[in-house]
Amino acid sequence: MDDIKNTTTLEPSSSRLIATLGIAGLLSGLLLVGAYLYTLPMIEANKAAALERAIYKVLPSCTSFETLVLTDGKLDVLKEVKAAAGSKPPKAIYAGHDDAGKLVGFAIPSDEPGFQDVIAGIMGYQPETKTIVGFEVLDSKETPGLGDKIIKDQAFTVQFESLSVEPVIVSVKKGEKKNPNEVEAITGATISSKTVVKLLNKGIGEWKGAIEGYLKTQ
Amino acid sequence: MNQTTEPITNRTAEEFLKGLWKENPVFVMVLGMCPVLAVTNTAINSLAMGLATMFVLVFSSLLVSLFRNWIPGPVRITTFIIIIATMVTVIDFLLAAVVPDIHKELGAFIALIVVNCLILGRQEAFASKNNVKLALADAFGMSAGFVFALFCIGAIREILGSGSLFNIPLFGSTFEPWVVMILPPGGFFTLGFLLLFFNWRKERKERAKEVI
Repeated sequence: MDDIKNTTTLEPSSSRLIATLGIAGLLSGLLLVGAYLYTLPMIEANKAAALERAIYKVLPSCTSFETLVLTDGKLDVLKEVKAAAGSKPPKAIYAGHDDAGKLVGFAIPSDEPGFQDVIAGIMGYQPETKTIVGFEVLDSKETPGLGDKIIKDQAFTVQFESLSVEPVIVSVKKGEKKNPNEVEAITGATISSKTVVKLLNKGIGEWKGAIEGYLKTQ
Repeated sequence: MNQTTEPITNRTAEEFLKGLWKENPVFVMVLGMCPVLAVTNTAINSLAMGLATMFVLVFSSLLVSLFRNWIPGPVRITTFIIIIATMVTVIDFLLAAVVPDIHKELGAFIALIVVNCLILGRQEAFASKNNVKLALADAFGMSAGFVFALFCIGAIREILGSGSLFNIPLFGSTFEPWVVMILPPGGFFTLGFLLLFFNWRKERKERAKEVI
């Protein structure tokens, strides 16, 4: 039946074509909006949970944290105001406290272009001793088997449990670490290793002054 | 009664089974090579990619088959792509919501399911010409074949390249993983050897037939 119809009506009218695509587009749009609204809270909860896990990991004795943002050049606790939809949330760092409420350090997110794509990470910073006490990669697309050793290679990651940030962090070849501010790079993943170092320096450089100012007011 | 239903069920089963083996989209038709090579570095990634593709193919075939009489010929490809792209975006959101770790691993390749020619190919060649039941059988069969093929490649690459399967170590610490297997060349090696094997089998079968 349909075959006959198709062969007899040679060319469907253009309004029919437009209507078909219009309706298909409309239904598709509705479905997409529905799926987006349905999954958005879950996706945001996932992201928040991943960030929270990372904060507790990079600040070992931390049991609670508050979000700090820069307002007028000074660090301040983020007021619980829902950002308008679509606007980027302000850059923030996280102040971690232990059970007794004592400040144990700051979790500072930072990112830097790596070998394949931007590597995003979060570091735990101890302002009193000026050391990094933990580091977690939040997002990276580094080469599996080589660049992703920045996450998987224990010998590399353990270096961030105590790393001096003064004067700056530098990367050295494997087996040549002498000073507390040196990181041994991974053989075969030099760019990824160096990116991690750059990322750390960038994060510290960006927030060090603000953190010192914040500590004075406390 | 039996006479009318039996051939139909046979046909449905046939359409389902052909995708699994005789017309396997990867090993026989060599379609959708981008995900086959790119995201099969672990067994779990392969499975997730295969199942995401299955979701898209099954729902696209269902919709295309349902509306096949209303979609005018000149805009059929555009309409198929709208349907496919919608399904891909839905599965992209769902994966990000339910299994964020796997979604992160697969990255852009989820969005690239849109351009997997296996999916558009089945719409044009099958779903737009057959009823819903056959279209679904075809879609399930083809995507099951795709999952099977992806899993084969992913499992081989993970076992040799990381010494594990589903992240469970298989060998002792003495095993030195063949890192190349989880890098892009490993995808080509594995696919090459599997294609060699499948073609060798096919040829042997055909020769056996000729002798008879």
